[in-house]
Amino acid sequence: MRRTVAWLLLLVLAWLVVEPLVLVAVDAVRIDGMWTLAAVRTFLTEPNEWRAAFNSAWLAMASVVLGCTLGVALGVFTRLADFPGRRVVAALLTLPAVLPPLVGVVAFLFLYGESGVIARLVMLLTHSDTPPWRFEGAAAVLLIHVTTMYVYSYLLVRGALATFDPALLEAATALGATRWRALRTIVLPLLRPAIGNGALLTALSSLASFSAPYVFGGGFRVLPTQLVSTRLNGDIGIAMVETLALVVLSLTALLLASRLSGVGTRGAGKGLAPRPGRSRGPRRLIFGTIAWLVTFWLLLPHLSLLAFSLARPGAWVKTVLPTAWTLQNYTVLVTDPERWRPFGTSLWMATLAALAAAGVALAVAVAARDGRERLSRWLEGGLALPWAVPGTVYAIALATMFSVVQPAAGRFILIGTLWLLPLAYLVRSLPIVGRALVAAIRGLDPALDEAAASLGAGPWRAFVTVTLPLLGPALAGATALAFVTGLGDFMTSVILYTYDTRPVSLEILGAIRDGDLGVAAAYGVALTVLSSGAFLLAERGRRLA
Amino acid sequence: MSTVRLENVAKQFGTTAVVRNVSLEIAEGELVALLGPSGSGKTTLLRLIAGFEAVNSGRILLDGDDVTARSALERRCGMVFQHYALFPHLTVGENVAYGLARERLDRGAREARVTEVLALVDLAGFEDRAVTALSGGQQQRVALARALAPRPRVLLLDEPLSNLDPSLRERTRRELRDLLHRTGITSILVTHEQEEAFDLADRVVVLHLGHLEQIGTPEVLYSAPATPFVASFVGRASALPATVTTDGVVTAAGARWQVAANGHTGAAVLLVRPEGVRFAANGPITGTVVRRRFAGAVVYCTLALADGNEIEVAAAAADAAVGDTVRAVPAGGAAFLFAEPGR
Repeated sequence: MRRTVAWLLLLVLAWLVVEPLVLVAVDAVRIDGMWTLAAVRTFLTEPNEWRAAFNSAWLAMASVVLGCTLGVALGVFTRLADFPGRRVVAALLTLPAVLPPLVGVVAFLFLYGESGVIARLVMLLTHSDTPPWRFEGAAAVLLIHVTTMYVYSYLLVRGALATFDPALLEAATALGATRWRALRTIVLPLLRPAIGNGALLTALSSLASFSAPYVFGGGFRVLPTQLVSTRLNGDIGIAMVETLALVVLSLTALLLASRLSGVGTRGAGKGLAPRPGRSRGPRRLIFGTIAWLVTFWLLLPHLSLLAFSLARPGAWVKTVLPTAWTLQNYTVLVTDPERWRPFGTSLWMATLAALAAAGVALAVAVAARDGRERLSRWLEGGLALPWAVPGTVYAIALATMFSVVQPAAGRFILIGTLWLLPLAYLVRSLPIVGRALVAAIRGLDPALDEAAASLGAGPWRAFVTVTLPLLGPALAGATALAFVTGLGDFMTSVILYTYDTRPVSLEILGAIRDGDLGVAAAYGVALTVLSSGAFLLAERGRRLA
Repeated sequence: MSTVRLENVAKQFGTTAVVRNVSLEIAEGELVALLGPSGSGKTTLLRLIAGFEAVNSGRILLDGDDVTARSALERRCGMVFQHYALFPHLTVGENVAYGLARERLDRGAREARVTEVLALVDLAGFEDRAVTALSGGQQQRVALARALAPRPRVLLLDEPLSNLDPSLRERTRRELRDLLHRTGITSILVTHEQEEAFDLADRVVVLHLGHLEQIGTPEVLYSAPATPFVASFVGRASALPATVTTDGVVTAAGARWQVAANGHTGAAVLLVRPEGVRFAANGPITGTVVRRRFAGAVVYCTLALADGNEIEVAAAAADAAVGDTVRAVPAGGAAFLFAEPGR
């Protein structure tokens, strides 16, 4: 019985996760019903194509180097250095993690853009009427990547340091090591797994990054933006080859990262986070100044977004900051049905997708509970696959999959309907939800099930009364995460949306195109508040449990 | 080698006093054990000496040198951590060599020192092993070698044997004692096991709720406990309410006890070791055997007295069974009189 269910689930995953990718691969070498390598040849010989692949690769590497350096430095600094307001800084630095991707990117427009705060400041200081720069191209994209993606390494390093055995640092001190030497020879080597994971997440995010190059890339093309425009031009074959090239780059990153694993940070000690070293007087002040300045700089885009959302239209022309404030941009969102509708759409689609993803992931996690079985590993692999594949790729793959009626292959027409976007959100959030639930269910003591059985509970009653309540916090957290992913999604939506299902992210883009910057900013703030709310609810659920 | 001197050392965490005015002097080459139950402040005291915690008041002197304001880095005490804190990403040799970096030794001299200390702890040839691949006992010896390699002034050991399984503990204890005597290093050891403290240390410091209760050789602690806590924590003892007449006659459990009144009169507490009482057919103490604990040569019988108190008697195996009503008599000695708590 259990095995039958497991096989059925594997079939579901093969249908949802694997088949679309296979179809993409087939489409790359099969054009108009004929097998051909023409598209591959074009991709390999056309310099423009090459350039996009090359740009994607170096952008990923540069984002990893700079983003990880920043994230690791901040993570170590906020754990081990002593300065006023350390906890507040540590919390503020996690904020970029809750920003929906497009909002995070659009925020930069309000700070560094041609009519952003910094440009206005420079214009005011130089008495110039023309903006000093266009915030565009590789440098702009890289800046956005670094200042938003540092958060992965930051969170992972802080997490690893939370269980770092403080006795290791004390041992180094007792043996005559200065703090600097202990950091170099003990802390950093032991953080290697966390840093490796941070680098991997940064590399995958950078390769998949669509919003930043789409909005700020200008002539700077990377694979995700290139393949969308190629597809719009109707060159399906080449678009599919580009898609595959992106998958290959992502898998390369995965492979490289798997070599970075090392010894874990857990000593045998009591598992307390090491206390920050005591510093006095000037040193404490210098540390504090640096920390607060960096935090301020990293949060500046989001503060500008907030300021823009509250600026009265027309009251922010020549000055650095708005001269008149208003809630008008927000009231428009609520009162104008056309403005309000995308919210409703995003909300129901994200909710449905999150619940369905949680359901599928829970079923798979239960079926894959025994990690030693081969079937379990396949199930786990199926859950994790969308994680390694950029969202744009999945969007195209799903569009391909659900544009034909072939019931035997599980293919139906979903394109142009209400259902394709929620399905895409579901697939995209499967890895996050799946990982959390698989880890949570494996962390449960198997003796609990045996205890329930010995007390006369059948498998179903044991599951409902013991396993499920214990999984509650993990389930809530994972569902919230899936909800937030769907709510803020841009890169999948931009490919799969129809006018009736246009989500908030596309409405933000539309508002910017129409010059309604205040409304775009208000949308961004509202979306951020909703996402943070979901996170807080999940966090509270976790604490109550 | 050096001396350690603590002067009125006090430490509190928040409002909780963990170490209260402890003064202590340790001679060069001496091995002292800090003994106490959990929460007695013994580990905190050790960390204060190492410099991992800062004192709230008092002074700490190493070799007559006031190090109270110095950091752990400057004090350079050798330390063996409870869970060893071996660097998991370094080999045995690299762990041991870690503390030698400051000495600016050339590579040959450094390797020679590593070889030397590893030989000292009986791990010759283990240089290239991963520390994570070693057994608990071997890890403990690597931790010891690592602490000894830079020739520290003082060696501090935080429950060095608690992480080993009991079968290994006794042998390791013997090896540790031999090693510390051979190196002649001034050492301070934290333990909550009396047997460990007695077996290893020249002198034992008994701590209770942050107070130094008594310091002395194991013999002195056992035969002349300074406080009721020491009497009951070091060895076994039953507490009985006692009355002392002005002539110094001590009465408890209906019997007279041969014990110095030390100026106490009226109500007092008598602590009696099991060997301070023996069964006797016409003895003045009457009780019912409620528990028997077999310990080989002797059996400890706990008697419930008519007034609700209990007294433990060391007896021969065949003397009594649970439920028997028996009589006993003070055996002379092994009893200590203290003021009633709160007086």
